[in-house]
Amino acid sequence: MSGGVDSAVAAARAVDAGHEVVGVHLALSRMPGTLRTGSRGCCTIEDSLDARRAAEKLGIPFYVWDFSERFRADVVEDFVTEYSSGRTPNPCMRCNERIKFAAVLEKALALGFDAVVTGHYAHIVTDAVGNRELHRASDEAKDQSYVLGVLTTEQLAHAMFPLGTTPSKAVVRAEAAERGFTVAQKPDSHDICFIPDGDTRGWLADRIEPVEGAIIDRSGATVGSHDGATSFTVGQRRGLNLGVPAPDGRPRFVLEVRPRTNEVVVGPLEALAIRELAGRRFTWAGLDPVASGITQADPAGAVAHAALTDAASADTGAAVSPSTDLAATDALLPFDCHVQVRAHADPVPAVAHVAGGELIVSVREPLLGVAPGQTAVLYVGTRVLGQCTIDRTVSADEPARAAAGASAAPAADSAPGDSAAPAADQAAASATLVGSAAL
Amino acid sequence: MIYLDHAATSPMPLEVREAYVEALQLVGNPSSIHTAGQHARAVLDDARVRIAATLGIDAIELTFTGGGTEAVNLAIKGLYWARNAAPSTDARPRILVPRTEHHAALDTVEWLEAHEGATLTWLEVDELGRLSLDGLEEALGDGSDVALVTMLHANNEVGTLQPVAEAAALAAAVGVPVHVDAIAAYGQVRLDPLPHGVSAVSISAHKIGGPVGVGALALRRGSEVVPLLHGGGQQRGRSGTMDAAGAAAFAIAAERAHAELDDRAANKRMLRERLAAGIRQTVPTAVLRGAAGAAAVATELAHSAAASDPARAASHLARAAELDALALPGTLHFTVPGAEGDSLLMLLDARGIAASTGSACQAGVPEPSHVLLAMGLSEADARGALRITLGPATTVDEIDALLVALPEAVERAQAAGLAGQVPRLGRLP
Repeated sequence: MSGGVDSAVAAARAVDAGHEVVGVHLALSRMPGTLRTGSRGCCTIEDSLDARRAAEKLGIPFYVWDFSERFRADVVEDFVTEYSSGRTPNPCMRCNERIKFAAVLEKALALGFDAVVTGHYAHIVTDAVGNRELHRASDEAKDQSYVLGVLTTEQLAHAMFPLGTTPSKAVVRAEAAERGFTVAQKPDSHDICFIPDGDTRGWLADRIEPVEGAIIDRSGATVGSHDGATSFTVGQRRGLNLGVPAPDGRPRFVLEVRPRTNEVVVGPLEALAIRELAGRRFTWAGLDPVASGITQADPAGAVAHAALTDAASADTGAAVSPSTDLAATDALLPFDCHVQVRAHADPVPAVAHVAGGELIVSVREPLLGVAPGQTAVLYVGTRVLGQCTIDRTVSADEPARAAAGASAAPAADSAPGDSAAPAADQAAASATLVGSAAL
Repeated sequence: MIYLDHAATSPMPLEVREAYVEALQLVGNPSSIHTAGQHARAVLDDARVRIAATLGIDAIELTFTGGGTEAVNLAIKGLYWARNAAPSTDARPRILVPRTEHHAALDTVEWLEAHEGATLTWLEVDELGRLSLDGLEEALGDGSDVALVTMLHANNEVGTLQPVAEAAALAAAVGVPVHVDAIAAYGQVRLDPLPHGVSAVSISAHKIGGPVGVGALALRRGSEVVPLLHGGGQQRGRSGTMDAAGAAAFAIAAERAHAELDDRAANKRMLRERLAAGIRQTVPTAVLRGAAGAAAVATELAHSAAASDPARAASHLARAAELDALALPGTLHFTVPGAEGDSLLMLLDARGIAASTGSACQAGVPEPSHVLLAMGLSEADARGALRITLGPATTVDEIDALLVALPEAVERAQAAGLAGQVPRLGRLP
């Protein structure tokens, strides 16, 4: 219970459903602020008092659980590390993945609880044989299934989202008012909870030593300088202060951040469009795509995997136990889905497959400003199928990956300047189809 | 509900509640000159005399406060300022303070350090949580630069009694006043007569069944404090309208606690020993802390040696008696390795048993106890703390119910582990 309206109503509904409910507020900082400031809805003593008041109203026990150490290590430090690696992390997803549905859930299960209930707007559907699926909330504007895309089958099995089928947030607020919760009209939280003033760049600058470096274009030519590469985000346009105008006079955007060389790569808008994204850290929410009947294992890939495993065990002499989970999804034939890369982005049609331990997603429509570190969540209809943390992307105007051999190959000769973005995306789509067929 | 957190606050007995409610109907401010005021004043003065008697002091030596924390603040800040007030006196910036004090004292001395030029000399404790007198003597030096010594009479977490008389004698020898925070000890052990050298003693009503928000500072003749609160000058060292009803209720609770002190202490000691022996049997991984814990272990050794080596058993028994004399009768503290104290607390709470981790909270989160750290525990061990404190009406059945609930709570809390550990769920390969 964060002290916000959603978790208060979720708790109330769990109580009404007849569960034995205990309210838990997470202490995520050893030195919380006293009073709420701005639009934040968690993490101050005032928020903890709000949560406690809601629990009192419900007549349920209430405790504060201290996960400040894990939060620091797994969310805050991960956030800094990811940024300093030139990636753009989503700390709320990390928190769901490692705090709320990991550290908290694990403790709760050990203490004898059955599930963690939260005020997230997402919907869990259980099929006839008890398999759980994660779906979008009924209120699409509030849908939070994206930030829950990291949940695995095991985590989903112990999660409850009582607000998932509520038609709108207004209904939740009205219900909170009816129940006499003081937080009924408390503003939604928007900012990153551990950055009190919302100034992410300033916060990062205090933690990552900014070093002046070059801003270059895709040909490698220096077009300006920056005072710290890690404070830039892919897709960013403002704050570049380029001294040298683009040859075509059009605005330029950050295409890539290279922390190792402290370079920021810029280019035209259409160069932001990607046709492919991929990541090695992927999970399935509920049944994997094979068990769900969405695709089939790729026999060629599975053979390759087995060979690799044999080689590894021969090398080390260690017994390698075959993981059925891994074997089932280590290589998957292409399947249709939608991919969403930000909490409030529109999903775009895509084709996904798994090869070589990597989830590879080819999009059929323009997808702009996708940065490594972001999470790509795959949907089939309203169902969340799974997710990956994006390791690499392929620009729409780059040569096919197989030909280029590397994701960061500059594409200076592709001269995208005059081609309109949709045209580039069409090319991407057809390239994707070819690539998929070849695989 | 089985209430075993009397050190946090002890419920108000009917007799006290009735006296309190009756006194609340009094009309008149004790400082008013008219008859109504004089009636209220009579109630207050009567209470003052009766509470002073429990400490063996005169009524003028007792100043009522708005609770224990105010009394501690008044004593420490008041003595510090008074000792450094006279322009002719040499500077006495040093405050001697054991590491295991209650936060009321710790935060006060740290405030004086941050804002009033105090320098702090921290005093060490042994593994039972008892102040080292050698350390105190060395820290006192010739006393010329020392403003005061502040120390607990009994540690509020582990219940270990402190060598107050010896410490006060050492301080008195070099002319340094001693403040004793006796909030955890008052009504549990006899404080009368106050040892020579003790200048001030803080006590609180609600720890012995009196009302919350009522405390007192015993301030000996010859010791003066600079007030915290300025105003009407109603009492020695304190301004503010005096709470006649609170004082009356405090006096009843105090008299009752002292009239029944020996019986209550004997009963609590018996229950504590039963609990300690039970924990040693049912939760062998738990480690009993403080003098009470060490006494229980010595008793157990005596019993196991009784048949084979009577001399050895007798020596263990003698040691147990020595240790027992250093323990509050109604406090038992233990740590459970690999568990969070607040997990234990919550699980017992779910079974209707109210206990405590013993340490201070920040926004509801127990911090690893500074007392246990000072006693030499690791931070991980300190996290598994649970404090059981008994009251005058605690029964054998309640202790046995705790002993029934505890093993499962410990098992689950150990399974849940420490909050800082890396969870298995949500970890990608």
